[in-house]
Amino acid sequence: MTALLEAHGLRAGYGATHVLHGLDFVVEAGGVTALLGANGAGKTTTLRAVSGMIRTEGEIRFQGEPIHGKATEDIAQRGIAHVPDGRGTFMELTVEENFRLGAYIRKDREVQADFERMWEWFPRLKQRWRQQAGTLSGGEQQMLAVARALLLRPRLLLLDEPSFGLAPLIVQEIFGIMRRIREESGVGILLVEQNANLALELADRAYLLETGRIVVSGPAAEIRQDEAIRRSYLGY
Amino acid sequence: MDGLAHQIIAGIATGGIYASVALALVMIYQATHHINFAQGEMATLSTFIAFTLVTEGVPYWAAFFATMAISFVYGALVERILLRPVQNAPPLTHVGVFIGLLLIIGNATGWIFGYTTKVFPTPFASEGPLMGGLISAHELGSTAVTLAVLIFVYLFFRYTKLGLGMRAAAYNPRSARLVGIRVGLMLALGWGLAAAIGAVAGMMVAPVVFLDPTMMLGILLYAFAGALLGGIDNPLGAVLGGFTVGVLENLAGAYVVGTELKLTVALIIIISVLLVRPAGLFGRVVLSRV
Repeated sequence: MTALLEAHGLRAGYGATHVLHGLDFVVEAGGVTALLGANGAGKTTTLRAVSGMIRTEGEIRFQGEPIHGKATEDIAQRGIAHVPDGRGTFMELTVEENFRLGAYIRKDREVQADFERMWEWFPRLKQRWRQQAGTLSGGEQQMLAVARALLLRPRLLLLDEPSFGLAPLIVQEIFGIMRRIREESGVGILLVEQNANLALELADRAYLLETGRIVVSGPAAEIRQDEAIRRSYLGY
Repeated sequence: MDGLAHQIIAGIATGGIYASVALALVMIYQATHHINFAQGEMATLSTFIAFTLVTEGVPYWAAFFATMAISFVYGALVERILLRPVQNAPPLTHVGVFIGLLLIIGNATGWIFGYTTKVFPTPFASEGPLMGGLISAHELGSTAVTLAVLIFVYLFFRYTKLGLGMRAAAYNPRSARLVGIRVGLMLALGWGLAAAIGAVAGMMVAPVVFLDPTMMLGILLYAFAGALLGGIDNPLGAVLGGFTVGVLENLAGAYVVGTELKLTVALIIIISVLLVRPAGLFGRVVLSRV
């Protein structure tokens, strides 16, 4: 597999506060890479850094091209979709309008076909088509956020805590859909998750982040088996 | 009875002007969460541009559309040059910029075009009062033009891709960037559109109030009252609020306080809305589940 996204010596923070202290990581095309760690480890910051939402130092390459220092909208146009923390839904707009915004920059003629695919994956969104997005349940909003991101037809999908605040059954449903995404769409996923157990089941590779540094990396299956890592970092 | 009907209809005609300016205010408010105090002055400058074109012999409607285009460009330029550098600054900075803009544009207009009051032409031939004296040709025509503009703006935002992008950028700039929308460009377009709408209001009201550099001062107050009454974050509410204020103002002027004290009506509306129902009559209630 070729590297879709590569970061070298990635540093970032907010104002004078440094959060990331030089990360090196790789996301491969068509696989799921999990980014794990406790609260405040820098997971969300890493995704923001990739999307150009904050100032960064170091190198980020997407499909071999440097993207560090580029504007968020340019990074999106290159094919990186981001479901941010808080989901980034346009609450005031309808589900339909959120869909149309997801595909906003696309100029191809397959947008309608992709809408239909999303309806098949998320039937509940079709039922809520003309409803204001702010009135959806938490799970439906998460589905809408994922659908909106996929409608960009990204090469890389950044997902920030898709399980956050959702009931276990809904979480199962969303992870089931993510499995389908991996199998059917060939998009690479960089997944940030607090629920390490769930994330490691889905992921091919994982990085473990502690206070802005990568402390463990490797195939997800190996990390799952490693008793010592699980006890000291993942807490289960 | 005829007197009352006439007052109401005349109120609707001026209300259309307030509605346009209120819409311009709301558009910029939605995108920036600030009131552009200079909206009226920008409209006055546009009207002077139209006046210059018409006196130079340009046919009225050509001048009308040229003025809208020029206003669009200079509205967008104001955003790019003056507002962009302070976009992350605290609210007071914005207030300062808007007041500065009001003074600069207002005084530049007077300096360039002079302070003498001018007669601005109406494109609607005055063949005397229509409908048995209820409405003048200009009242009818300007109401039609205002309604056309408002409907155009509504359709643009509701049904075009660019309109959707502008709404997305106004509601949620961070997410708009994530779907690849150029938020800065959308903001500049919003300012341009607001300036063009203001220009139409200026050109429609100038034949009634006569053209001078302070022409829009009172109108901005009424428009602000209308925007607040309808809900400062709701374009449709602002438009309805503008019409309501127009009618109320006319009725109060004719039957209650007299023409000299009419402006007080605007202030009373502003203060009452802020005290009683700050979100306005049609203030957007965003339902949100977490």
